[in-house]
Parts: sequence; structure tokens; C-alpha cells
Amino acid sequence: MSKALPANLEQIEVNLKKLTNQRTRSSLLGIAILILVFFSGTLVSLEANAGSFGRGIANFFNYPRDLFIDTFEMGWKYWPRVVKYIPELITTLNIALFSTSIGFVLAVIFAIFSSRNLIRNKRVIQFTKFFMDVTRSFPTLIIAMVFLYLMGKSSLPAVIAITIHTAGALGKLFTEAIENCDGKPIEGLSSVGATWTQKIRFSVLPQVLPLFLSYGILRLEINVRESTILGFVGAGGIGEMLAALIQWNYGADVLACMFLLVGTIIALDYLSAYWRHNLIGVKQ
Amino acid sequence: MSSSLAIERDNIRKLFPDTFNQARKSRIKGQIVFFLILIYLIIGFFTLDVVDIPKKWKPQNAAMFVLDTYAHKDHVTMKWENPDDIKIAFEGNYRSVYGRDNLDKSIPEWFYKNSDNIGNVIEFNNEGKAILYKDRVEIVNFPKYERDFTIRLNTNGKPYVVGSEDLAKDDLKGFRITENRVEFRPTLHERVQVYPKKVEIHRYSIGWKYFWFDFSSPLEPYSFFEALGLTFSKERVVPEMSNLKLFLTEIKDNEAFMHGRVWWAMLETIVMAVLGTMFATVMALPLSFLAAYNVTPIKALRFTLRRLFDTLRGIDFLIWSLIFLRAFGPGPFTGIFAIGFTDTGTLGKLYSEAIENTEKKQQEGVQSTGASKFLQHRFGIIPQILPIFVSQSLYYLESNTRGAVIIGAMGAGGIGLQFLGALGTGNDFENVAYMAILVLAVVIFMDRLSAWLRRILIGTDQLIVR
Repeated sequence: MSKALPANLEQIEVNLKKLTNQRTRSSLLGIAILILVFFSGTLVSLEANAGSFGRGIANFFNYPRDLFIDTFEMGWKYWPRVVKYIPELITTLNIALFSTSIGFVLAVIFAIFSSRNLIRNKRVIQFTKFFMDVTRSFPTLIIAMVFLYLMGKSSLPAVIAITIHTAGALGKLFTEAIENCDGKPIEGLSSVGATWTQKIRFSVLPQVLPLFLSYGILRLEINVRESTILGFVGAGGIGEMLAALIQWNYGADVLACMFLLVGTIIALDYLSAYWRHNLIGVKQ
Repeated sequence: MSSSLAIERDNIRKLFPDTFNQARKSRIKGQIVFFLILIYLIIGFFTLDVVDIPKKWKPQNAAMFVLDTYAHKDHVTMKWENPDDIKIAFEGNYRSVYGRDNLDKSIPEWFYKNSDNIGNVIEFNNEGKAILYKDRVEIVNFPKYERDFTIRLNTNGKPYVVGSEDLAKDDLKGFRITENRVEFRPTLHERVQVYPKKVEIHRYSIGWKYFWFDFSSPLEPYSFFEALGLTFSKERVVPEMSNLKLFLTEIKDNEAFMHGRVWWAMLETIVMAVLGTMFATVMALPLSFLAAYNVTPIKALRFTLRRLFDTLRGIDFLIWSLIFLRAFGPGPFTGIFAIGFTDTGTLGKLYSEAIENTEKKQQEGVQSTGASKFLQHRFGIIPQILPIFVSQSLYYLESNTRGAVIIGAMGAGGIGLQFLGALGTGNDFENVAYMAILVLAVVIFMDRLSAWLRRILIGTDQLIVR
């Protein structure tokens, strides 16, 4: 016994050394890959970029400075300008809110049909999951541009694009939420002979609704950004205004739009954190 | 039985009146919220012109768009003043004319050049035929049409359908007749147009022709696999270069699909996403430690950093990319920094919250050995949060790939800009479809890659929040 112990300890030490060596080696490998990716990426960027990196850094503050100088020259006359763009902002918010609501409803339907604990048919689940993957992976911009081309300039393409993307993105999260929910209430309702819809209404929905709403609010925040971006390619709202103002080089007005946007996004950020905190009792 | 249940229910209701009132209150609240949402949706329906969808939606346009994404067309043109010179061009491109001597391109098999009295025959895929004579065009054998048609020029030099006065409107379905043009388009795949000066016939076939090798490529007669096989043979297709080199350059310089340029643009977009995420991770890592209360005791510093994160995040990457576009010009740096700055805010916030949520005991354990503050954080906190860091960063990699496409379209280059360009030309819809599929594939690939990396690095592919 007393002889076996040192031998054992030695063995442990050898194993430990082997393990640490292995870990060091794999971390080194990881770091090497990261550095390789970094350098090759930088090479690609240097090759592809129109302006040089150094001059870019030097010029970084030029544009913001121009904007601010333009704004300060206007003095107090500036504030009516900011107010002037609020209707545009409301259009953008409207697009986001409307398409989030419709996308939310679609996502709930998708999620029900792709949850393993609600649907027995594997084909249906696979198909819905694949469908959500596709709708989620298309950047909204691409869908919106195609529809803009087909339908002409209006807010509709943005609504369609954001709705499609939201349905896929929320659908995936909702599916996870439904699949992770407690199975006992479902069993309980099954035992008293509830129908499929009743089971969903009275056992699944109460469990997942707060989570759904929380995800939905988070999506709304993202969609406000998205609808601004889609405005840039011609879907209306403050994005389109901003694009035009930049082209005309109206510095003060550009800054006004930017302020409105940033203010809205930060406000929404806090609001959504607050709402979600109320809904599910956690901050994140 | 039911009455005893009812009595029991009433008893319970009397025992817990508050609970039941509350339930009713919350139910009414829910109903009010539901109706408010419904009212909003109705308002939104009208303010956002959703009602206009049927008006704005032009099925003809959409059908043409979709047709062009999966089919290609050949133009056959005959001028009345010189009926012997019939040109067959791919997509109507004057640089892609079949049978022109210098290109040594054989006439397609659906075109039969005949003597004058039989006429030149163009066979469509549905077995219908258009026959070109010196003075007329005959449309024969179309399925679902009981008679054949003849289109001629009248004495004024205007085209007309022979005998059209006697035909009912229903017999002339598929025709569109105006003063200077007679158009016959029974389905989207066949189109015969007769003008006072010329006849133009469009013949659609399904598929992306010249996807690998373009019209004028020496490798065009071969299919992709035949050409791949040729790279192993010693006989050179062109004397100037080896077959392998020819194979690669011909694919790269394909004029129709521009593989070289598209793939380079895709690489630019991926570089933007990957380097942008790396930049954000590297920036957010130290800052998040400084913004966490269990690491940094200085409240002012923490507060400043928190607001910095909020501002970086609040200035959307759209605005960042506008600013960087002015500084760096179009190119990946714009995308890298726009993504990097926005995500420094996002990741910094998430990381610092993760650090604040760490278990205190590990750190105390390290402290009990008399380790310095630095070592306490190194061995007490970092092992706990590393999986969260990796998980969050990888999670953002996928959404940043989509973001990089968008930034590209705003002017930073990459696949987004190429896509915008192809859509803008108004007829290269097969390129639009090709790029859309490419983007979709890359985004899904990045999604899978980040899930796979998360699985091998931290054992689960779900997003860990705390």
C-alpha cells in the first residue's frame, strides 16, 4: 500500500503533465489559427480597399467634425429642423412595429409546427425548420431590394422583408422555448382528455408567453434598425431621408436625423430592457 | 354530481375572493391589450399601404423576373430588307452570336436553315414552330391552338395577322397587336415579335447556360466534368497554357456569371464579418472587465464605460458605416470598423454582465492562497466566463455576416454591392439569383460553423447567457 501510493502519484503527475501539454498545444493551435485568419483577412482588406488604411484613420474625424460645425453654425434655428424629421421617424417605427407584430404571429405558428413535443410527424418538423432557416438567413436587404424592384418605391417591400425575416428568426427562438418548456402540464391536460388546441392554449402558452413577448420586444428593437436601413435603399422613412440628405450634403440635417435615430434606439434599448425585466424577471 | 361541483366552486370563490377578482382583472387587461393591438394592426394596414398590394403587385413583372432567374433565352433576328442574314444571339448580346465565322460556334440544333420555299424553322420546346420566309412568318403546330397563323407586312409596311378580321377574339389569345408590332406570346417561354423592320423571336430554355464557361470560351463545347477530365490530359486545348490553368482562368473570367469577381466580393464580405467580430471581441474583453463592479471599484469609470457601450450600440452600424465610408472609402475596412464599433458596445455589455454574474467562491479560493488581484481574476473569473465569451462572439459572427452584406450594399463593397449592381441592370436576374443563393449558402454555412465551433469549444451549441 505504502509502496503503491508514490507510483500512483507519479502516474497522476504524468497524466496531469500530458493533459496540460495537450491543452497548451490546442490553445496555441487556436491562437495560431486566429492570427492566420487575422493576417489573411487584413491582406484581403488592404487589397480590396479603395483608400489606404493610414489615410482612413487620419480622416476618421473629418466627417463628424464637418457635421458638427454645420450644426453649430445654425445656432437655435437647429431645433425646428430636428422636429421636422419626426414624422419620418414615425414612419420607420410604424414599419418596424407592424412587421414585428405580423412576423410574431407567423413565428408562433411556425414554432408550433416545428416543436418536437407538439408535433409527432417528423417530416413536418423538418420542413418547417428548413423553411425557417431559409427565411432567417436571407438578409432583409436582399428580400426588400427584390420586392422594391418588383413593386416600385413604397414602404411595402420593407414590411414584407422584415416580416419574413422576423418570422424565421423568432420562430427558431420560439421553437427552443416550446421544446424546453415543462412537459408535466401537457401530460396533466392529456390525462383529462384535452384536445390538441386546448393543450397548447392551457399548458404551453402560459409557460412560454412571457418568453415570447420578451423575444418579440428584443426583435422590435432590431427591426427598428432594420427598417432604417431598408429606408436607405428606398423603402421610405427616416432612412430614405437620411440617404437623400447625405447626397445633398446637408450636414446639419444629417446630424439631426442621426440624433433622432440614436436617441430612439437608446430609448428603445432601455424600454425593452425594462419591459423584459418586468416580463421574465431577468435583465437579459 | 355537477351541482355538487358547482357548490364547491362557489365555496372556493367565496374563500378566495381576491384571487378570483385578480384573475378576472388580468383577463380583462389581456382583452384590452388584444383589442388595442388589433386596432393598431388595422391602422397599420392602411397607413403602410398593405391594402395596395394587389394594385402594386404586377404578376407579369414578377413572372418575368422569376423566369429570368432560372431560364436563358436566345434571340433570332431577321431583317425584312435582308432576309438571308438571320442572326441567332444568346440573350440578344451582339457579342454572343452563333455561327459567326470567327467564333466557330455551331448553329443550335433547334434552328433549321432551309431553302427559300421551305423556310427557316425555329422549333420551340413545346413542339410549336415559327417559320421564317422572305415575306412572312408562319406560326404552326402550337399546342392548344387549332389553327396556324401567318403574319405579313401590309402595303404600308405594317405587320398584321392574315385573316385576323375573321377570327374571334378567343382564337387570337396570346397575340398582342398594335400598329407597329404584332407580338405572339402563348406562354412565357416563346415570343414572336414582328415589326415593320424586322422579326425578333425569343426562345427560352431552362437552366443557367454558360454557368462554368462563357460563350466565347474555348472550353465551352465541354461540360464541366469533361473539362475537368481534360485537365488531366496532356493535349492542350489552346497552345498558350496548360489545360488546368485554362480551366481555372476560364471559370474565373466567365463573362456571364463573373465567378472571379463574385467570389472575391463574397470573400470581402466574410472578411468584414470575421475581422469585425474579432475586433469587437478584442476591444470588448478588457473594457468589460473595467465595467464590471466585482473587478473595478471605481464607480465613475464603470458608469462611463457603461454609457460608452450604450452609445456605441445605439449608434447603429448604419451610421457607423456612413462615417467610416467617408474616412476609408469603399472597401472592407469600412465594414470591419462599422461592425467592430457596434459590437464592441453589444459584446462589452454582455461580457461585463457575465463577469458580474460569476460565482464569487472561485475567486475567494484563489485569494486564500495569497494570490495577487491579477491572478485572482486570471484564475478566479476567466475560466468561468470564457465559454460565455466564446459563445457570444460566435453567435454574433453569423448575424454579422448578414450585417456585412448590408454594409456592402450601403457602399462598402463586397457581395451586397454586386447584388445591387446586378439588380440595377434590370436583366441579369440569373446573376441576382446566383448571388442570392450564394449569400444564403454562406450565411447558413457561418451559422453551422459557429454552432460547430461552439460545440467543440464549449460543449453546447446553444447560446449561454450566464
